[in-house]
Amino acid sequence: MTAPVPVPAPALLTSSLEAGPDRASAAWLHDALRRLAADPGALAVLFPAAGRACGHRRLPEPPPGAEGWTAADAARALLLLAVPAADGQRLAEAEACYRYGDAAERVAVLRALPLLGVGDGAVGLVEDALRTHDTRLLAAAVGPYARRHLDQALWRDAVLKCLFTGVPLSAVADLHERADRELRVMLTALVREREAAGRPAPPEALALLTPADVASHRPVTLRGKE
Amino acid sequence: MRILDPHIHMTSRTTDDYRAMRAAGVRCVVEPSFWLGQPRTGVGSFTDYFDTLLGWEPYRAARFGIAHHCALALNPKEANDPRCAGVLDVLPRYLAKDSVVAVGEIGFDSGTAAEEKAFALQLALAAEHGLPALVHTPHRDKAAGTRRSLALVEESGLDPALVLLDHLNEVTVDQVAGSGCWLGFSVYPDTKMTPERVVRVLERYGTERMLVNSAADWGHSDPLLTAATGRAMLAAGFTEDDVDQVLWRNPVSFYGQSGRLRPELPDVLEAATHEGNSIARGGS
Repeated sequence: MTAPVPVPAPALLTSSLEAGPDRASAAWLHDALRRLAADPGALAVLFPAAGRACGHRRLPEPPPGAEGWTAADAARALLLLAVPAADGQRLAEAEACYRYGDAAERVAVLRALPLLGVGDGAVGLVEDALRTHDTRLLAAAVGPYARRHLDQALWRDAVLKCLFTGVPLSAVADLHERADRELRVMLTALVREREAAGRPAPPEALALLTPADVASHRPVTLRGKE
Repeated sequence: MRILDPHIHMTSRTTDDYRAMRAAGVRCVVEPSFWLGQPRTGVGSFTDYFDTLLGWEPYRAARFGIAHHCALALNPKEANDPRCAGVLDVLPRYLAKDSVVAVGEIGFDSGTAAEEKAFALQLALAAEHGLPALVHTPHRDKAAGTRRSLALVEESGLDPALVLLDHLNEVTVDQVAGSGCWLGFSVYPDTKMTPERVVRVLERYGTERMLVNSAADWGHSDPLLTAATGRAMLAAGFTEDDVDQVLWRNPVSFYGQSGRLRPELPDVLEAATHEGNSIARGGS
């Protein structure tokens, strides 16, 4: 068993932005948070602008749980956290930022979800991302928030979709803890189908199978006329 | 030959086109929003379309090594349908996006009052957002429509250096040449311009502020005619540097005024291909 995937602490996201080579990102965020406090409607402009202001490079020293995040992801998470959670405001703003967001903004919303304290209210956004075929969105959708809130049947299908689209299963939070017998049955079927097609089975699928799964696996033979 | 196609509707094109374009030297495209052949009946189908231009289409382009940007607007044809007028209310939210490098296509189609109102309002939005504007000159009554477009640009106060008048031809080039605006030529298999006719215009008017695009869409069109125009320029005696200016540096300069153009694939892709997670990998 591996330790559950941590959720990045907001204070550490702020300090990792400040630690970056580009001091302007932290200064921009500071100013943006001040503007947001004065005018809650400013988020519609600040959330997309964070991409240009903070950049799409990875955080040089990401806090635990924010590995692979860009500076813009961190800034966008902190902007959403600055919206009061009361009366569903933060959830509504997260939904609007996703609804009107480009792909990078949507990824940032999905990554921020476990920090926002919105319970299972945002699971619809994860489901929306899983309906796409964009690997950036798929990878962000199967993180810690999905681990906690996504329905098990949809979660299994998401794991299969990762295998089909080339998203590495390392993106799936707590994969081994949540993988169940039904998932292994589906993976066994996938391996069987690939072998029948003469194509290699995904090594990551094989790695999830137990010796018993492998033993239950029968090669496909075509039944021709006797 | 490196090419930025400054006007192409990739949502209508196949993956084979992307592959052939990259092989012909196309490294970057700008896809202006336009009509889809089938008229839309509400704001929701516009926002889904804008989402495609901001999400799925750049993703698809990147798989073939092409950087994709877009220009967003309520197009002149659908500006005449009151059911679509609400697009102008949601447009500011979309103009704030990283990959939006212009407001467009705006301009005239039938020359109605509703078109003029949407055109003027969107020139103002371009000024407000610090974005260039891509102006479609009409197919019908083109010379008069081009004159009206130039007048509206002048009234708007937007710097002409931020304006590209597109779909020009031998008849309309002269009025735009002294205006300070950029000049766009769409090269088509049958209609609009041919590579040879574009070469004759370039011989007469020079290569400054000149842009060549394929405007390829769902009709009879060809995304490789930018490259064919480059070859026709070389055959007529233009230098490699002239070709690079028209097919790459000019569009990079024009859309670069947005401050948002990344004509080579952005870091996001490098990040996505990092650690073996290549978004160029195909599905199953």
